[in-house]
Amino acid sequence: MGVHQVKLTINGKTVVEGVESRTLLSDFIRDGCGLTGTHVGCEHGVCGSCTVIVDGAAVRSCLMFAVQADGLEIETVEGLSQNGELGPLQKNFKECHGLQCGFCTPGILMSATDYLSKHPEPTTRELKEMLSGHLCRCTGYDGILKAIQKTVEENKETIS
Amino acid sequence: MKPAKFDYYRPTTVESALSLLDESGFDGKIIAGGQSLVPIMNMRLSTPDCLIDINHLNDLDFIELDNEKIKIGTLTRQSRVEASAKIKEKCGLLSEAVPFIGHVQTRNRGTFGGSLVHADPSAEIPLSLMASGGSVLIASKDESREVKVEDFFVTYLTTDLLPTELLTEVHIPVWEGRIGHSFQEISRRHGDFALVASACQLCLDDQDKISRVRLALGGVEAVPLLVEEVNQIMAGEKISEMLLDKVAEIVKSAVDPESDLHASSEYRRHLATVLTKRTLQTAYNRARRSM
Ligand code: FES
Ligand code: FES
Repeated sequence: MGVHQVKLTINGKTVVEGVESRTLLSDFIRDGCGLTGTHVGCEHGVCGSCTVIVDGAAVRSCLMFAVQADGLEIETVEGLSQNGELGPLQKNFKECHGLQCGFCTPGILMSATDYLSKHPEPTTRELKEMLSGHLCRCTGYDGILKAIQKTVEENKETIS
Repeated sequence: MKPAKFDYYRPTTVESALSLLDESGFDGKIIAGGQSLVPIMNMRLSTPDCLIDINHLNDLDFIELDNEKIKIGTLTRQSRVEASAKIKEKCGLLSEAVPFIGHVQTRNRGTFGGSLVHADPSAEIPLSLMASGGSVLIASKDESREVKVEDFFVTYLTTDLLPTELLTEVHIPVWEGRIGHSFQEISRRHGDFALVASACQLCLDDQDKISRVRLALGGVEAVPLLVEEVNQIMAGEKISEMLLDKVAEIVKSAVDPESDLHASSEYRRHLATVLTKRTLQTAYNRARRSM
């Protein structure tokens, strides 16, 4: 039951820590690394608020043990801003009323970031399907969808 | 909601995983994607003394086509199965079923074999495997064996797997000819467990008569149910409303679902007949369109 030494990368920074095997990745990120942007809602994989990107895939951090993340690369919401400025997706969430209380937001931002990197031109249906893995009790999802779609449009413009 | 303490091991070869499993016996548990195991550990419904993490056994992460068989390694992520062109071409039923599992974010981590050994009676992978037929390969420290999917599921959340055994890969036969398939389910919300799910794969001869069919229902029994009687009476027939009604009657008396918080037994039985008709008709139409 001892403590395991883990070495992982969070938002580009290397972290070396001792963790108990039962420590959830979500708790490690928040309490061990002080990155409280990652939220914890249900702790059984239903709400999506704890979603982070692990080795290039959006996953629930409450369904992984920190010890399992040894050697892996983690991205959290703190990694989305650039030099203290909101990233493009974050800006659009702000502009399109994509959040109200903000509890669900970090998870959705990470899911959307991962999804857009793999599907640069998603249909509305695909985006809704992706969002179905997240519970938002405030917005009704409409603003969230708009914010993501606005980002898709902007990305297209920068490419062309 | 924090899990109880446990010992953690992370083997890098299948052999060492099997030895660890052998030593830990009933106290040990395999963790792969953890999308079913970790929630029940967080709720302390399960408190294993020791977890053996197989996420580093890269040999068990593959999709291969071999002699008209699709082989899928137990560690293959569900999202990889979903995106696989090979699977779409050779086992369309599976491609259709996988997007119904949880959400994008859980499929990114959840594994193919994990869903099988968890053996939830309404889960999509066990059900589609039942409809396509196939077998699972099981290894322990001293031997390995192959079990037909029909014999693998024992009851709720229980399979033929012994505590010292590991499911390593799954073999699915590729059906040849004019094939049609369909997977449908009804759930309260998108991504929830299905109340009832239905999967079917069939093959037509050149006169549009059914030469072979397998229909399986999930959420109606303790294990995914292969409705043998239906499969027998449909052989050699064309689909007609009369035939579908007859099949629905058979399904109605063949299933005896339990009532729970989410749906009554009667409602589940009703869904079973409706979904049976829908999947058979859809699979039939698809097969007819294929030359
Ligand atoms: S806290 Fe992880 S999904 Fe709800
Ligand atoms: S903004 Fe409040 S839960 Fe989504």
